[in-house]
Amino acid sequence: ASRVMVASRNYADFASEATFEIKKCDLHRLEEGPPTTAVMTREEGLHYYKTMQTIRRMELKSDQLYKQKIIRGFCHLYDGQEACCVGLEVAIKPTDHVITAYRAHGFTYARGVPVREILAELTGRKGGCVKGKGGSMHMYTKNFYGGNGIVGAQVPLGAGIALACKYFGKNEVCLTLYGDGAANQGQIFETYNMAALWKLPCIFICENNRYGMGTSVERAAASTDYYKRGDFIPGLRVDGMDVLCVREAAKFAAEHCRAGKGPILMELQTYRYHGHSMSDPGISYRTREEIQEVRSKSDPITLLKDRMVNTNLASIEELKEIDVAVRKEIEEAAQFATTDPEPPLEELGNHIYYNEPPFEVRGPNQWIRYKSVS
Amino acid sequence: ALQISRGLWKKYGDKRVIDTPISEMGFAGIAVGAAMAGLRPVCEFMTFNFSMQAIDQVINSAAKTCYMSAGSIAVPIVFRGPNGASAGVAAQHSQCFAAWYGHCPGLKVVSPWSSEDSKGLLKASIRDDNPVVMLENELLYGVPFEMSEQAQSKDFIVPIGKAKIEREGTHVTLVSHSRPVGHCLEAAAVLAKEGVECEVVNLRTIRPMDIETVEASVVKTNHLVTVEGGWPQFGVGAEICARIMEGPAFNYLDAPAVRVTGADVPMPYAKILEDNCIPQVKDIIFAVKKTLNI
Repeated sequence: ASRVMVASRNYADFASEATFEIKKCDLHRLEEGPPTTAVMTREEGLHYYKTMQTIRRMELKSDQLYKQKIIRGFCHLYDGQEACCVGLEVAIKPTDHVITAYRAHGFTYARGVPVREILAELTGRKGGCVKGKGGSMHMYTKNFYGGNGIVGAQVPLGAGIALACKYFGKNEVCLTLYGDGAANQGQIFETYNMAALWKLPCIFICENNRYGMGTSVERAAASTDYYKRGDFIPGLRVDGMDVLCVREAAKFAAEHCRAGKGPILMELQTYRYHGHSMSDPGISYRTREEIQEVRSKSDPITLLKDRMVNTNLASIEELKEIDVAVRKEIEEAAQFATTDPEPPLEELGNHIYYNEPPFEVRGPNQWIRYKSVS
Repeated sequence: ALQISRGLWKKYGDKRVIDTPISEMGFAGIAVGAAMAGLRPVCEFMTFNFSMQAIDQVINSAAKTCYMSAGSIAVPIVFRGPNGASAGVAAQHSQCFAAWYGHCPGLKVVSPWSSEDSKGLLKASIRDDNPVVMLENELLYGVPFEMSEQAQSKDFIVPIGKAKIEREGTHVTLVSHSRPVGHCLEAAAVLAKEGVECEVVNLRTIRPMDIETVEASVVKTNHLVTVEGGWPQFGVGAEICARIMEGPAFNYLDAPAVRVTGADVPMPYAKILEDNCIPQVKDIIFAVKKTLNI
């Protein structure tokens, strides 16, 4: 591999941190909100950049693999929304909990699953993070409860996880995510009620990317102020394209919950470049111009890059090197995901139950039996 | 409302006994989430008719998660409550869900009849690390049963997945679950006077079903009558018949297996109509005599 020799730049030449202005959040039932400035160190910046870029490239690789028919079924891509999952992850602790819907690959990575295991799960191989049993919408890891396919169903689950957090008394919180489409689900309002009644440490987060499948928010919701829809639950509306804005808001929200004040709601205003899923070109209900405008003016990775370069937290060359490293990692992960074998047939019957002695599971006819091991 | 948890709140308090608003989908989902995060919740539906509001959480969130996560997430939850016909509560409050929940891999479904069943199966269900649907019966709540010393002991459990022979017999096998088990025993007492000895099998568990006990009984008696409160199509009896046909017991049947079920209509209100929509002792006796050709 050829490396371009740049003018020697000592790392001591870089600033160690910088302060940035971030957008003020709209508030609902809150006297004050998150700060309007954020401090970011060089290390933090490089970490956020690398993480977002990894997610971006991973999603684009998934697009490619899907078009090659190596990934099948549902595939809901997250490119454009990277600042959300990264900003949230860096604001909370690994011991906190996260649950989201089906646009989950970014969160799966942010919560610690390696790219190769995510891609191998998408390609349905035994090296996938859940051995090929789940696929795109059902990936899990410690303190990450998926990956949920039924719109809105993950919201009561998240409040339940928060209930367990409160019960165990270890000061943990649960981030419970849903989209602008799901925001109109009845079970979410049932959950708001119980979370507020019982003061559950649940941070409701609406990722508003302006479209629920092909329906724009104006055509789906009588009130598009999603941060107010929790009514009696305090809310904030956050610039979801700015990783620092998301980070500060999430820190604020987590403090609110940890102080025992009950649930809180964050609306992250964000955008997805892809259509709803790989079956949706994403241009029948929105214009190419709109997509292009977001890309050129609000791309979360570009925003971060410009900030870092302009404040001398990093150089363009350094960030390019990270890009190269990320591309390499994704290529290797894709290699693995396309060459790893499919799960053995025996896997079909496994994991019906947890902690259960082995038993037999019926196949397509009475003579075909599979052993089921926990 | 039916006082099953009477005294529990006094003993364990707000932290462990939670009264919920009438939001089944919400609270069932909350209970499932709590189970995923390490608690062992018991989620009560006032009756299983209301579980239909929450059925997505029972099936898609609870039953399937262990499988989808390749065993990394367990859901040790119990959904319990009264199931099936009551008395005069009409169509929307009288449905039996044994077949609906029994259909789904990933769930366990139990259906107690006696006090021993209720206590032992509830404890076994709570200790089980999997989602269990426990289908109780409102009309049985007020019925007293004898309980052995052993059954009254602190750690007594009834294993999930094992049927019990409530009455031994030689001429015909009656297989049932929940309240109709009592009707089968009454029918057996009447038939005994006519020299017909019924073997009464109490399934106790709908899923995983103990078909081996039924098969062994049919091999012995050569005749099978299933009895359930639910509707006939795609019901528990239909499943038993299909499995008997697939197994060794088929060759021992001297007559086709017969099902006694709830009438294939939504439950009417008027007493005379309602009484004729549930399997009565006389219906069981009639079916036995038809099977035995007497």
